[in-house]
Amino acid sequence: MDDFRSRVERERPYLLRYAGLQLRDPHAAEDAVQETLLAALAGEAGFGGRASLRTWLTGILKHKIIDAIRRMSREAPAVSEDEFEALFDQRGHWVEMPGAWADPGAALEQGRFFAALEMCLARLPPKTARAFMMREHLGLQTSEICKELAVTPTHCWVLLYRARMALRECLSKEWFRK
Amino acid sequence: MMLSCKQVTRLISQGLDRDLGFTERVRLRVHLAICAGCTNFATQVTLLRQAMAKLAEQSPEA
Repeated sequence: MDDFRSRVERERPYLLRYAGLQLRDPHAAEDAVQETLLAALAGEAGFGGRASLRTWLTGILKHKIIDAIRRMSREAPAVSEDEFEALFDQRGHWVEMPGAWADPGAALEQGRFFAALEMCLARLPPKTARAFMMREHLGLQTSEICKELAVTPTHCWVLLYRARMALRECLSKEWFRK
Repeated sequence: MMLSCKQVTRLISQGLDRDLGFTERVRLRVHLAICAGCTNFATQVTLLRQAMAKLAEQSPEA
């Protein structure tokens, strides 16, 4: 019993990092992880050693994160696509065309690339980051994301667009700069 | 009418989140055939998706 408790407890830093990346709010992340650990300790029988402990805990945490997002999504949406206005001229053409990234396949094999990606994710505005993580990390459909964030599909696409624009810019500078 | 690069980047992004209509796909393809910048953009957001999938799948074992 105590052994299980200490093994679960050992995963706390990892779970906190995972929740923090998605929720972008240290208190909400702390709460989600706490709920996860309590649920895990109460439901030890459900573990049964089928998956790795970390995978099992992450599965519980995902549900807690979605609950937390649901609670947080009361904030008023402020849509603006103007942030990326500077990238295009008045006729909507690139001011500076995106160049090709050098050897992107190799990047996916390098741990440092993922560190750069996490850093770029951390720079996104919270709501944009949440929408993007729900889509690309939790693999939810746009319709589910709209529902969780209480926004219209159009706003949802705008959030995802902004995330991709910002991440592409950030990775170009931080990783693929020539 | 030709789509601008700005409109094309929006369509490329939406194409990752919903099924584009026939007209949208045709106009996108026409633009991409002649625009290296938007073609690079499309490759890069696709790579971004692959990178996120890899991040998600390696996280539990990290």
